[in-house]
Amino acid sequence: MSGETLALSQNEHNVNYLDYQGKHKGIWGWLLSTDHKRIGILYMITVLSFFAVGVTLGFLIRLELLTPQGTIVGPQAYNEFFTVHGIIMIFIVVIPVIPSVFGNFFLPIMLGAKDVAFPRLNLLSWYLYIIGGAMILLSLVLPGGAADTGWTFYIPYSVRTGTNMIFTLAAVFIIGFSSILTGLNFLTTIHRMRAPGMGWFKMPLFAWSLYATSWIQVIVTPIVGITLLMVIVERVFHVGIFDPTLGGDPLLFQHMFWMYSHPAVYIIIVPAMGVISEVVPVFSQRTIFGYKFIAYSSLGIAIFGSLVWAHHMFATGMSNTAEFVFSLLTFLVAIPSAIKVFNWTATLYKGSIKLEPPLLYALAFIFLFSIGGLTGIIQGALNVDLYLTDTYFIVGHIHYVVFGGTGFGLFAALHYWLPKMFGRMYNKKVAKVAFWITFVGFNILYFPFLILGWLGMPRRSYHYLPQYQVYHVIATVGSWILVTGLLIMFINLLVSIIKGKKVTEENIWGGETLEWKVATPPTVENFEEIPQVVEGPYEYKQNEYELEEEVK
Amino acid sequence: MSSAESTQAAVIAEPHIEEHAHRDDVRSRMGMWLFLFSELLLFGGLFLMYSVYRYMHQTDFSIASKEMNTFLGTLNTVILLTSSLTMALAINAMQRGKKGLSIFLQIFTILCGAAFMVNKFIEWSHEFAKGNYPGSAILASKPKGQILYFGLYYSMVGLHGIHVLVGMTIIAFMLVFTIRGKITPDNYVKLEAAGLYWHLVDIIWIFLFPLFYLIT
Repeated sequence: MSGETLALSQNEHNVNYLDYQGKHKGIWGWLLSTDHKRIGILYMITVLSFFAVGVTLGFLIRLELLTPQGTIVGPQAYNEFFTVHGIIMIFIVVIPVIPSVFGNFFLPIMLGAKDVAFPRLNLLSWYLYIIGGAMILLSLVLPGGAADTGWTFYIPYSVRTGTNMIFTLAAVFIIGFSSILTGLNFLTTIHRMRAPGMGWFKMPLFAWSLYATSWIQVIVTPIVGITLLMVIVERVFHVGIFDPTLGGDPLLFQHMFWMYSHPAVYIIIVPAMGVISEVVPVFSQRTIFGYKFIAYSSLGIAIFGSLVWAHHMFATGMSNTAEFVFSLLTFLVAIPSAIKVFNWTATLYKGSIKLEPPLLYALAFIFLFSIGGLTGIIQGALNVDLYLTDTYFIVGHIHYVVFGGTGFGLFAALHYWLPKMFGRMYNKKVAKVAFWITFVGFNILYFPFLILGWLGMPRRSYHYLPQYQVYHVIATVGSWILVTGLLIMFINLLVSIIKGKKVTEENIWGGETLEWKVATPPTVENFEEIPQVVEGPYEYKQNEYELEEEVK
Repeated sequence: MSSAESTQAAVIAEPHIEEHAHRDDVRSRMGMWLFLFSELLLFGGLFLMYSVYRYMHQTDFSIASKEMNTFLGTLNTVILLTSSLTMALAINAMQRGKKGLSIFLQIFTILCGAAFMVNKFIEWSHEFAKGNYPGSAILASKPKGQILYFGLYYSMVGLHGIHVLVGMTIIAFMLVFTIRGKITPDNYVKLEAAGLYWHLVDIIWIFLFPLFYLIT
């Protein structure tokens, strides 16, 4: 790594990273680049492509559920659809998206560094990621059919089904490796590569959120890795591990699966919270309220979030003590999330609010994530959960948290940082129209899920009773609106990258973090000289002063 | 916009410091430790399975563990501990500038790894001959706790064996780097990282050995 960086610094290093011609030309200049910005773009292209596949599958699932009996596909195809939709969306899209795209691109810049700690390892993570992703796509077309177990791979069905399970499980294992390497890279970067003067509490909150996320990635991903590896071993060699006919315990699988997959929810949501913590102060031009509380609450979420996994298993017959403890911890984990919500709201209070597209998406995040979080609390209560387990309520809850949270966090990040990354501005009017269509479509699609669940509609069901149809029809219409909104949004962003209005000013939105003090788009080496940091990241002094005057 | 004037970052020129920043051994070591940490947790999942199933089937585990060849197990423990020593000495020799000695010790470490694998092969062949392998009719007729014991034995020792092979490959690369002069008394962080990996392989075996061979 050091050799290449050295070679760059001897060349013209103030050329922007998009035009830079290094050792490799053309497409290889991207595929073999160890520049964190180019790797970020590589991730962006691949993750968003997978997102498109996931959305298509989700769209087809909704279309299928328009009528109580079969509509467009058979039951087996339906099972494969919701399984692959879940696997793609969870493991390939929302877990990596914000750290890999925006973390890679902006973390080193925000810290005042020229690259991440291990640039070549960073490129390796991307290759592992696309190998895993390609394997999932292959499992769709290979004979045998895609996995049909649901994204949770529950035993014993996952060792018995005849579909391409080995392929799918191996893919998730490989992607897990990519995730661990990214986490390791970011942790080392944050520990060792902050600019002189940038103490821990002068770091931007996005960096704090990545720090917490990276720890979760490094700590819990190996557990799911080994668990899924054992399922592969069990399928291939008939080794007795989880299969009850060979003495195994399917509940142990569930424990080990959720030991990763619950904290994974926080791998998904915490970076999005980091994005919101960046966007809110910039567009209200106020110092963020309770900086340390937001920073510590990220760590709090990481710690408590790793101890609540068994609340996915309340209906499996654990001991009463275990249920009580996990229920209590589930309520506790809501506290750090709520702290963040209150702090964002307090930051907006009396700010000079500019309702630009990034802030719109951030506000939608706060609203939708609050619904998602509160419906989670409902299910943390033991007696209510017995009634709601495996109904559409959980499907609604997960979509409010993951899509309403991380999805909208991603959209906020795209609208906030894309002009910086490409030096071109999107059409703001179209972006706002797309926002409202997406937001309305989202709620029409997912709110009926909560009602359906309350009425007893089971999840993952191909047939359903006729009395549920009205809600399914509303939801399916919502999916059409949502997809329309997404199309407008992404076409608008894509057009802006190709022929949007050029922006060259460094500080596009009036932010105070370091990425707004480098060229637009950034140069190959980010900084000609490593900056000396003297202040915290959100010092909107003029505004704070005026506020004080007003109070007097 | 007024707040832009209160710049957070005053820029200073420190070209020399920046040149040195390209090599940061602490950074490399930290990355390696984090990686080892995740490796430990990977095996941690297996140890968790072992403890749960041992708790559920204590007698079966005790009966099945009597089938193990304790002599070969002990021999392998001695071999692996010795190899950890020679690896540490190889790094020490490099620090003191004794390139030839370091090369010898690295080769010795690789040979120890190979001896370990040969022993393992003999051991597994014996178990296979007795019919104690996954999918065999003999094993399938045994109580479920014993099936689990052998399932865990092959999985955990097998995964450890893969790590031994990976470790040997890494040290072989280090050997080439040492011969070509890429690892020097001033810059031996790669060799150190390889050593850390080899100690991890060793320490995992130190736990596997009593769990499968000694506890009855």
